Amino acid sequence: MSSIISAENLSKAYRVGKKQEQADSLIGLLRDSVTAPFRRYRSFRQPTAVENESSNFNDDNHWALRDVSFEVQAGEVVGIIGRNGAGKSTLLKILSRITEPTSGQVYLRGRVSSLLEVGTGFHPELSGRENVYLNGTILGMTKREIDTKFDEIVDFSGVEKFLDTPVKRYSSGMRVRLAFAVAAFLDPEILIIDEVLAVGDAEFQKKCMSRMGHIAGGGRTVLFVSHQIGVIQQLCSKGLYLAGGRVAEFGEINRVVEAYNRSQSSEAGNWTVQKDSPNHGKCKLLKLQIGSERSSRGGIISLGGPVCFTFILSQKVKEIDISFTIRDSAGNAISNLDSWRRNQEDQLDGDPSDTFECYIPECPLRAGRYTLDVQLTRNREMQDQILGEITFDVEDGVYRGRTFPYPSTPGPVCFDHIWQIK
Amino acid sequence: MNTKIGMLIQKQEPEAKLSREMLIRRTDGWQVINLSEIYRYRDLVWFLTWKNIKVLYAQSVIGIGWAVLQPLLSMLVFTIVFGMFAKMESDGVPYALFSFCALVPWAYFSNSLLESGNSLVAQADMLSKVYFPRLVLPLSAILAKLVDLGIALVVLGGMLLWYQRPPNLGIVVLPLLVVIMMMTAGGLGMILTSLAIQYRDVKHAMNFLVQLLMYAAPVVYPMSFVPEWLQPYYALNPMVCVIEGFRSALLGTREMPWSWIASGFITSTLLFTIGLLQFRKQERIFADVA
Repeated sequence: MSSIISAENLSKAYRVGKKQEQADSLIGLLRDSVTAPFRRYRSFRQPTAVENESSNFNDDNHWALRDVSFEVQAGEVVGIIGRNGAGKSTLLKILSRITEPTSGQVYLRGRVSSLLEVGTGFHPELSGRENVYLNGTILGMTKREIDTKFDEIVDFSGVEKFLDTPVKRYSSGMRVRLAFAVAAFLDPEILIIDEVLAVGDAEFQKKCMSRMGHIAGGGRTVLFVSHQIGVIQQLCSKGLYLAGGRVAEFGEINRVVEAYNRSQSSEAGNWTVQKDSPNHGKCKLLKLQIGSERSSRGGIISLGGPVCFTFILSQKVKEIDISFTIRDSAGNAISNLDSWRRNQEDQLDGDPSDTFECYIPECPLRAGRYTLDVQLTRNREMQDQILGEITFDVEDGVYRGRTFPYPSTPGPVCFDHIWQIK
Repeated sequence: MNTKIGMLIQKQEPEAKLSREMLIRRTDGWQVINLSEIYRYRDLVWFLTWKNIKVLYAQSVIGIGWAVLQPLLSMLVFTIVFGMFAKMESDGVPYALFSFCALVPWAYFSNSLLESGNSLVAQADMLSKVYFPRLVLPLSAILAKLVDLGIALVVLGGMLLWYQRPPNLGIVVLPLLVVIMMMTAGGLGMILTSLAIQYRDVKHAMNFLVQLLMYAAPVVYPMSFVPEWLQPYYALNPMVCVIEGFRSALLGTREMPWSWIASGFITSTLLFTIGLLQFRKQERIFADVA
């Protein structure tokens, strides 16, 4: 049996802006302002083109992917993991023909559908019914295909009552459900999915998961990107671990996840933003320090001891909602901490600041590695989101006078509790 | 190299024929236009066209009335300024009728040029999320504007009735003139939109360009203002034959200008072909610059 996907030495370079040379005289300034449009024209005339080998080592190029080769057999479900900026999205974009590789090639032996986003092309003024057809055709279905699946799609989404209402009157949950439903009934031989599962309420997520399992089990080839390692391990048989645009590990899923977890350990407890994403005036998370003392970084965090999360933002703000979810190594959410959910002890009223601190006097987490998903929201608009990148380690210790020396004792958290004879 | 040959051999296997196969690699230079792919996505063209029509009028107070109002108000202004103040000649027909007959096709041309020129930028978010033949965006923009043209033509028909001027047999040529107009607007639109996605200045230039172009066609003045020796060159602008053809068929101002239609048809075909090729050439970087 030959491979359904074979990628050979895929590379993709983006041209990144060079630092502007400063004019050192008035004449120079004048000359620069005259030639600037031409220089700018040249610099972004061909943002993706890298003409020859020698320019491969040019500082101007950022290599999002470098010599990526792998083979996928028909029916395999492959999970793609890696930190933000490791090249996962670029790889998916190349496989789904959105962008071209700079060099190398991929051979696909089947019809491809890709879901890099749910609800692409959804228009608020159109009704639910019209959006199903518009979105379906954008994803590559024909009207006839949608006709035959229409009832199933509507049934799955659970919005049949509002089919002829403009989508702008839908709740965000309804919109996402309808959008996912269209995607769920695509019928390609190769399906490419980017983290679209993290949508909707818990119940709908479950439904999505079982649908995904159904698709994965139905002999279809699936490539799946997610930050939730637990989900990947559950759904996928094989893994592709990308780091810095290269394949760090490829093969049986548990081996790949192990390699991924190993590499994460060196970076635990302290996180700094990796790539310069355009911020469009938004407030971004620059740094997160996790320490065992107030306003500190590093140190050993242990059960029952203090933990302090220090968030350093890109701008001074007054009203910001910092929310983070702590997950265990399998990706299960343990708890969500949110600066919006306040009590009397919080001190968040004051001058605008770019540093916020969340302090837990007695850490209830058992020994292990934990991951944080951080989300910044302001005026109900999402500012920044870091998923699955930030990790920290906890050691066992004494929680409220009770000792937990044995890692084999089950459960990831401790509760404060009192025993009594009655 | 061996693997490459291996894959080419596999391509011949009967089981592989069932599914679509694809080789993704870097493309360079000019690309052929993949008509079968556009045909496969024909339903998308239709739904995008439908979306453009519906969204345009969904939240406006007078809705589809804008299609009528724009040429009607221009006609009013031109009739006052050029017809009454400047006493411009109008081939022996009332100036209002003379200018409206040109403004109806002109409104279609300028609006579909602007819409298709903006089509990629307006939908830039889609470009980086899903693959589809990008050509459907400017194409559906010029198709959607046909609805406006239809409505404006009905109003024009009403005006002809009011002035009691029956059109002549020349109206059978109108569909051809509309096709010439669509190819011109589409060709220019594809060139502009494939540039506008990369250089946002194009958007500003576009509005200005459309305003200037109006004076390069006999919209407000009669063809007789153009020196005789210049007319064949002037008629290389496809909108000249469209406007004069409309006037000939509906107002009987002149014989159907076949020679101008011929040169206009050639220019518009050329523009459309260049537009397609330029668009295909630029297509591979759309997602990277959007």
